Amino acid sequence: MNLDDLRPGSECLVKRLHAHDKLGQRLMDMGVYPGLAMKVIRNAPLEDPMELELDGYYLSIRHEEARFVEVERR
Amino acid sequence: MRGKKALLALAGQPNCGKSTVFNALTGASQHVANYPGVTVEKMTGSYRYDGMKVEVVDLPGTYSLTSYSPEERVSRSFLLHDKPSVVVNVADASNLKRHLYLTFQLMEMGVPLVVDLNMMDVAEKRDIDIDTQELSRQLGVPVVPTAIKQGRGKKELFKSINSVAGSERSPEPFHVDYGSMEPYLTEIENEFSKNGVLSKDYPGRWLAIKLVEGDNEARKLIREHHSTPGKVLEFIENKRQEFESKHNEKPERHIAFSRYKVADTISRSCIKPRAVSKQPLSDRADAIICHKFLGPLILVGVIYLLYYLSIVQGYNITNYTWPLLAKIRSITESFLPAPGFIDTPLVRSMTLWFVDSINALLNYIPIFFILFGLIAILEDSGYMPRMAFILDRIFNRYGLHGQSTLPMVLGGIYIGGCAVPGVMSCKGIPCERARFATILTIPMLNCLAKVPLYVLMINIYFAEYKGPAMFFISTISLLMVLPVAKILTRTVLRNKDTSPFIMEMPPYHIPTIRGVLGRAVERVWIFIKKIITIVAVIAIVIFILLQFPGLSDERKAYYDTEKDRAIAGFYQKIEENPYAEYVQGGNLMALVLYWDKYKNAKMMAKGKEAASAVNEKFKAENPAFFTIVQPKRDKEAKSVNKAFKKLFSARKKLLREIKKEKIDNSFLGRIGRAMEPYTKYAGFNWRVNVSLLASFAAKESSVATLGALYEQEVEGESLETRMEKGEKGFTALHALALMLFMVLYPPCVATSIMVKIQTGQIRWMIFSMAFPIVLGTCVATLIFSGGTALGLTGLQAMIAFYCLALAITIGTGFIKNKSKTT
Ligand SMILES: Nc1nc2c(ncn2[C@@H]2O[C@H](COP(=O)(O)OP(=O)(O)OP(=O)(O)O)[C@@H](O)[C@H]2O)c(=O)[nH]1
Ligand SMILES: [Mg+2]
Repeated sequence: MNLDDLRPGSECLVKRLHAHDKLGQRLMDMGVYPGLAMKVIRNAPLEDPMELELDGYYLSIRHEEARFVEVERR
Repeated sequence: MRGKKALLALAGQPNCGKSTVFNALTGASQHVANYPGVTVEKMTGSYRYDGMKVEVVDLPGTYSLTSYSPEERVSRSFLLHDKPSVVVNVADASNLKRHLYLTFQLMEMGVPLVVDLNMMDVAEKRDIDIDTQELSRQLGVPVVPTAIKQGRGKKELFKSINSVAGSERSPEPFHVDYGSMEPYLTEIENEFSKNGVLSKDYPGRWLAIKLVEGDNEARKLIREHHSTPGKVLEFIENKRQEFESKHNEKPERHIAFSRYKVADTISRSCIKPRAVSKQPLSDRADAIICHKFLGPLILVGVIYLLYYLSIVQGYNITNYTWPLLAKIRSITESFLPAPGFIDTPLVRSMTLWFVDSINALLNYIPIFFILFGLIAILEDSGYMPRMAFILDRIFNRYGLHGQSTLPMVLGGIYIGGCAVPGVMSCKGIPCERARFATILTIPMLNCLAKVPLYVLMINIYFAEYKGPAMFFISTISLLMVLPVAKILTRTVLRNKDTSPFIMEMPPYHIPTIRGVLGRAVERVWIFIKKIITIVAVIAIVIFILLQFPGLSDERKAYYDTEKDRAIAGFYQKIEENPYAEYVQGGNLMALVLYWDKYKNAKMMAKGKEAASAVNEKFKAENPAFFTIVQPKRDKEAKSVNKAFKKLFSARKKLLREIKKEKIDNSFLGRIGRAMEPYTKYAGFNWRVNVSLLASFAAKESSVATLGALYEQEVEGESLETRMEKGEKGFTALHALALMLFMVLYPPCVATSIMVKIQTGQIRWMIFSMAFPIVLGTCVATLIFSGGTALGLTGLQAMIAFYCLALAITIGTGFIKNKSKTT
């Protein structure tokens, strides 16, 4: 299951990053790494992008980018 | 320690308060804003503390130190090559783990480090209790807790900096344990350190880590400095593959994950466990601000308020500031040589033109001041990333970015903006391609200076449909901006870097008055400094193009005879008159000026009292002239008055004819005429060409130049009537073509300079001027030639074009974006 499949309110654990290069690096640099617990807070009014909470801070990310984050539900 | 010098670099993740620390240390007032990525190039300042002179460099915020983004490259190369004597790593205490991820990378670079654990107040509010001594012990570097916005911890920071900068020994740095990667690192380090140069200039372990991560810049270092680069690089590539196949993980991933693991362990051991985590206030606020229905509503409200306060109210303020500028003009005028009967001294006309051009821009300062103040509030509060969050979906479809919202709003998404602050605020857009697309399309929005021409055209040619026509022109610009942005991203900007949207949503802050005012003043100052100087130069150039080569001797002689005839006629009429003695010789010109001044003063004076005060003043100045100007019952004075009036209007007519002939004959006039064979397909005659050419300095002048070209025949006749009379063949179709060309008009000088500043390249500035000309000409030709061929009226053409633009906008929205991200 990938991050972009999750509805607002669901919590998950990051399993793997499938993105390479820039997107992968950026995800890691912003604190998304395997084993991390996070929560989908909301979608933007037009559905895209989505907002996440991880470790007490908030990130927004487009669905097309969230697709590359494999997660499992908690 | 006396007399010592130190170089200090501020490094840290975006939005952790580096610039605030910079300001606190140096007393400067740098851009501070509550969204990530405000500082994009490095800034310098200095201070002195306890005998140590410290040069401070504020580096752009970076989440990491790879070589993917320009900011990271700037920061990294500074740390490597400028060898700062101390690096202050500003970290956000409320977010320790993620910030440690960068701290480790700084340590690996072997720089002398002080960790400034900032935002302690925020951490305390969230019940995050950090044991800073324990943290310092584990990291092996000084850790200074601060809440720098309140000035807390500043002194300790000063002291800590001095002691690290003053000490000679470099402390044994803390190492992140990369586990299964460690043997590989040792092997790689051994491989390249056989070559002495590299290990002397660059920390070996750091270089090994970067190489195993596959970092491009690190490879470049090997290629540049190593004697057998090919061999080394091949060795490293093999090691990378070996690791990947053995551990089923890319080396760069493994490294990043290990850092987080260590960061997690350290932050856990230094933070006392929290009792209960409550939902932060910012998140509760976001439930409303980013709500499905309320969010967009609030956004529209905020944009409306921004417009209303700056454009509408700011415009009202210019009613009060304009007289000040007019005063400057009249003071300047009083120092200039007086005009002659028909020939104005060049110094005079040039200086006044110059002052007028500058005044036209200075007049915007109240608007800009309010606008910049409001932007500062938006920036400080943290609303900007929310704006991006809400609108990214739409903008992204057209190759733009959520953060294009503010620049677009400032540029005049509906009507009445200004491209200069619009382009200026593109700085924060993290994706290079979207940033360029935004910069290049903003000038197509409706800036305030385009409005007078629209109003003029609509009043003459669309008088019956003023409302719809105004709506058309206000919204058509956005319908052209979006597809054009899309086309640009697919063509000329194709190879620009894109970056992922992933953006931090910082907690809301309450903006401080000092910060907001400071920033407004600073940005207005940038505007004055950078823009006005260049506009001044261009204004002179346009003046010369409009005035030279001037009249031929023959024509000059002709006008002189005309003048002599008018004057002779006047004297003849008043021959026997007792007042004649007052207007002989030089006195005649004096009366001309007196008359002019009196009329102007009377016009300015409001109310009976003011009018009689003006009378008293002029009477005292010259009683005889006053009687001529205001003869009342004096029969003889009356007849002089009548004769003089005639002379006065004869002079005006001559002046006007000269002016017109000069422009006709000028370089610009010739260019306009030379273009007519081509522009006629767009419906532009040479006069329109001239006014469009002259608008380049500032678009306000389009209407002014048209005003000069369509001379007044009757006193007080409006430009509307004059144009209608002067251009019998001009139709609504012509007007529509002209208006659309104005929408697509190339950026004015001020904006062009901003484009140059923001893109960093003249090339892009020239492009930003060239493509709108081509596009504008095409659209105007389509309207005029196409409309004529189909026999459309102006209104029909307008509707047809609107539908076309709408269809293209919707159509291009469906074309998939090609991104270079993954
Ligand atoms: N509560 C609190 N807010 C702070 C503190 N220091 C800075 N801020 C606020 O944090 C925000 C970010 O500050 P900046 O100084 O612009 O951050 P920066 O690190 O320079 O950011 P970039 O230039 O984007 O990398 C601003 O709104 C500051 O007012 C602090 O100690 N406490
Ligand atoms: Mg900054």
